[in-house]
Amino acid sequence: MRILLWVIAAATSLAGACSPPSSGRSILNVSYDATREYFEAFNRDFEDEWLRETGERIVVNMSHGGSGKQARAVRDGLEADVTTLALGADLDLIARDAGVLSPDWRAELPAGGVPFFSTIVFVVREGNPKALRDWSDLTQPGVQVVTSNPKTSGGARWAYLAAWAWADAESGGNVNETIERLSALFRNVPVLDAGARGAVTTFAQRAIGDALVTWESEALLIRQEFGDQGFEIVYPSVTIRAEPVAAVARGHADRHGVRDIAEAYASALFSETGQSLASKFGFRPSFPDLADVEDRPRFPPVKMVSVDDPLFGGWDEAQRRHFMEGGSFDRVLGDRR
Amino acid sequence: MRDDLVLSAGDRPDVKQPASGGDGPLLRFFLILITWFFLSIIVLLPLGVVFAEAFARGSSVFLSSLVSRDTLYALGLTLTVTAFVVPANMIFGLSAAWALTKFDFPGKPILLTLIDLPFAVSPVVAGYVLVLVFGPSGWLGPVLSELGVKVLFSTPGIVLATIFVTFPMIARPLIALMESQGCEDEETALSLGAGGLRTFLTVTLPNVRWALLYGGLLCTARSFGEFGAVSVVSGHIRGLTNTMPLHVEALYNDNKVAAAFAVASLLASLAVITLIFKFVLERRLPDGVQGPERLR
Amino acid sequence: MNLQASPSLRSAGRPRRSMPGFGLSLGYSTVYLSFVVLLPMAALAASAARLDFEGWIKVLSDDRVISALKLSFGSALFAACVNLVFGPVCAYALVHFRFPGRRALDALVDIPFALPTAVAGIALASLYAPSGPMGKAILELFGVQVGYTPLGVTLALIFVGLPFAVRTLQPVLRDLDGEAELAAALLGADRPRIWRRVIIPSLAPAMVTAFALSFARGAGEYGSVIFIAGNFPRLSEIAPLLIIIRLEENNYAGASAIAVVMLLVSLSCLVLINLFQALIRRRLGYA
Repeated sequence: MRILLWVIAAATSLAGACSPPSSGRSILNVSYDATREYFEAFNRDFEDEWLRETGERIVVNMSHGGSGKQARAVRDGLEADVTTLALGADLDLIARDAGVLSPDWRAELPAGGVPFFSTIVFVVREGNPKALRDWSDLTQPGVQVVTSNPKTSGGARWAYLAAWAWADAESGGNVNETIERLSALFRNVPVLDAGARGAVTTFAQRAIGDALVTWESEALLIRQEFGDQGFEIVYPSVTIRAEPVAAVARGHADRHGVRDIAEAYASALFSETGQSLASKFGFRPSFPDLADVEDRPRFPPVKMVSVDDPLFGGWDEAQRRHFMEGGSFDRVLGDRR
Repeated sequence: MRDDLVLSAGDRPDVKQPASGGDGPLLRFFLILITWFFLSIIVLLPLGVVFAEAFARGSSVFLSSLVSRDTLYALGLTLTVTAFVVPANMIFGLSAAWALTKFDFPGKPILLTLIDLPFAVSPVVAGYVLVLVFGPSGWLGPVLSELGVKVLFSTPGIVLATIFVTFPMIARPLIALMESQGCEDEETALSLGAGGLRTFLTVTLPNVRWALLYGGLLCTARSFGEFGAVSVVSGHIRGLTNTMPLHVEALYNDNKVAAAFAVASLLASLAVITLIFKFVLERRLPDGVQGPERLR
Repeated sequence: MNLQASPSLRSAGRPRRSMPGFGLSLGYSTVYLSFVVLLPMAALAASAARLDFEGWIKVLSDDRVISALKLSFGSALFAACVNLVFGPVCAYALVHFRFPGRRALDALVDIPFALPTAVAGIALASLYAPSGPMGKAILELFGVQVGYTPLGVTLALIFVGLPFAVRTLQPVLRDLDGEAELAAALLGADRPRIWRRVIIPSLAPAMVTAFALSFARGAGEYGSVIFIAGNFPRLSEIAPLLIIIRLEENNYAGASAIAVVMLLVSLSCLVLINLFQALIRRRLGYA
C-alpha cells in the first residue's frame, strides 16, 4: 500500500523533470533583437523550402533579445542550434565557454559568417526640431538620447564604438578627453533598455527622448511601423560597419540530430532568398548582387569605421578594453552620475 | 503573500444583512460613491480595457492572434505546466497536511514557516534562485547537464518556478480543514480494521475533497498567470518556452498591441471563470478554511 | 502573513501516534520542501556569502540600487497606505449597505488576484500611460503624469494589494454584525464615537494584516509594474527588475545582494507585523 503512494510521489516528481515530447524535428535559432521581422519571413520561407525539397515538415523556433544577454543564455544552457547574434564577440564568448561552437566559426560560412551588415544611425522626431545632425549635437545639455545597454545589447555596443570613433577623432586620440565626451553623451541618456527593441519602444511608443541611436535596420522599420509620426533618419558624419554574425552551434545541433537542417539554414542566409529578404528588411546584404536592385537606394553611402581598424583592434580587444568589468564604458557610466 | 487569504468569498448569502440604519444617508451615499469610484478606476477599467483593446482592431485580428502558431503553443505549454504543477502540489499538500495535523513532532513550526515562505518572496527572486541552483555554475546544473537533463530554459524550469510560487495555495486550506476536522473519523476507520491507505482514500480524501479542489483551483489560476518567476527561467523562446503571460509580454513589446490584448483577454476570461468556480466552492467550505483571516 | 504556527495547530502534547503514515507523509513533505524551497534558498545564501564586506558596500552604495530598493519598498508602503484607507471603506460599504451593483463590485475585488499580472500590467499601462485615455485626462486635468513615473508604480501596487485589504477586513466587519454597534448605539454613543470606539479597534488587527500583506506583495511585485513603470534607472526602476538586469549583465554578485536585501526586508517586516498583531490581540483581549 505504502509502495503505491511512494510510486505516485516518485512519478509526480519525475514527471516534473521531463519535458513533454515534441513531434517532428525543429531547430532553435537564438538571435538578437533587430532581426524579429526578418527571421519571421525567412523562417517561413525556409520551412516551405525544406518541405518542398525533402518532404519533411520542420519548425524553426526563435529566441530574440539583447545580443549579449542571448549569448549568456546560450552559454548558460539555452540550446541553440543556430546562433545569429549582433557581433562576433558574443559568438566568441559562446565558443570559449560552452564548447558548442568551434573556435574558428568565422571560417565555416561565407563572408566570415556575416550574412548582412548594418550601421548605427540616429532617429529623430518629425522635422528634427533640435537640429541633431552629428554626435556632437547629442552631447549638448538638454538633449535626450535613447539607446540600449551595451552590457546586454549588441546594437548598443556598436553604437558605443561608433561614438568612440567620433570622440577619438575629436580629441586627437586622448583617452581621457574621449571618455569625457562620451560621458557628456551618456549623461543625456535617461534609460538604458536591455535590447534595441526596448529602446525603440521607449522612443517611439512612450514618446521619450529627442534622438534614438540604433541600427539602421531598426530605423527603417520604425519609419514604416510608425509612419504617421514622421520620424526622420540622420546619418552622422562617422559611424561603424556593424556586422551581425551567424554560426551553427554544432554541439547542440548534433545532440538534437538536426545538424543537416541547421547547416542548410545557416547557408540559406547567404542565398538569394536570404540576401534579398535582408535588404527588404533594412539590412545591407553582404552579397548585394543577390538582392533586389530596387532596395539599394535605401542604403546611402556613409563613412564607416570597422571594429578591425587599429583604433579598436578587433572584437577581442574591443570587448576587453571597453565592455568588460572596469572597461571604458564603466568609466563613462561612472562619470555620468 | 498569502494569496489564499484573498479567497474568502466576499459574499455569503447565509449572512444576514446587518442593519445599516446607524449611518446617516449622506455618509452612506458618500461611502458607496467612494467604493464605486475606487473600484471602478482601479479594477473595473483595467479589466474592461483588456476586452476593449482585444477587439479594437476587429474580430478578425482578434481571432487570427488567437489561432497563431505561437499562441497555440504558448497555450499548450501553459496547460502542460499546469498539468504537472497542480497534481504535484496536491500530493504535497495532502502529505504535508497529513503529517502536520495527525501527528505532533518537533520542528512543526519550521515546516509551517517554510510552507509560508513563498508568500514573502518576490517572484523574480524565486526564479533567480532556480538559476543559482540549475545554472551552469550552480550546484545541480553541471551534474544534470552531464546527465542530459535540461532545467533552465525548458519546461522543467518553468514547472519548478511555478511550483515554488504556488504550492502553499493547496497546502494551506488543506492544513486548516484537516486540523478542524480532527482525527476521529480516521481513528474510527482504523479501529474497524481498515488499513492506512484505505482509511486515507475512503475517509480522509472524501472529507477534504472540496478543500482540495478549492486549492487546486487557485493553484491552477496562478499557474496560468505566473509571470515574474517564469520570466527569469524561461529563455523566452517563441513557440518553445513562452507561456501565455510571456507571450502577451512579447507581443506587447513588439508593438502588436491588439494581438497582445487578444491573448490577454483569453487569460482574463479564464480568471473570471476561476472566480465563478471559486464562488461555488466557497459555499461548500467551512469559514476558517478559506484563509486564516479569522484573527480570533 | 503569519509566520508563527497558526493558532489552529495548537494541539501540542496530544500524542497521535496511532495514525499510520507518519514517516511517509513527513518524509515526502520534507523532501519536497527541501528540493523546492530550501535548496534554492541555500543557493541564494551561498551566492550572497561569496561577497565580502567591501563587495556588499560596493553593491549597496550604488545609487541605482538604492533608488530601486527605495522605489520598490516606498511605493509598496504608499500603496499599502492607500489600500488601508480605501480598503476599509470598500469593505464597510460592501458588507453593510445594499446598493446597485454591490455584488458585482464585490466580485471585482478578487480580480487583481485572479488576473495574471502581465495582463494587469499591459491593461494599466495602456490606460494610464501619457497617451492612454486615463493618463491623458489626468495629465490635462491635474498636470500629473501617471505612467512611466513612480506614481504609475504605486498605482499598479494599489491594484495588486486591493484584494488583500478588502478581503481581510470583510469577515471581521461581518462578525461585528451590528451587535457591538447596536449595543453602543443603545447606550447613546453617537456615530463618530461608535466608529472610534467600536469599529476601528475591532478592525485594527485585521488592518495590520491587510497592510502587511499588501506591502509584502507590492514590494516584490514585478509583472503588473514593469509595463507602466517606464523602467528608468534611478527614477522608476523597481528592485526585481534590477535583479533581472544584473543577471543579464552576468553580475551574479550584484543580483544576489539585491535579492537578499529584498528577502530580508520582506521577511523581517512580516515578522515584526506578526509580533505587533499578537500584541494588539492581547491588548484587545482576544485569545
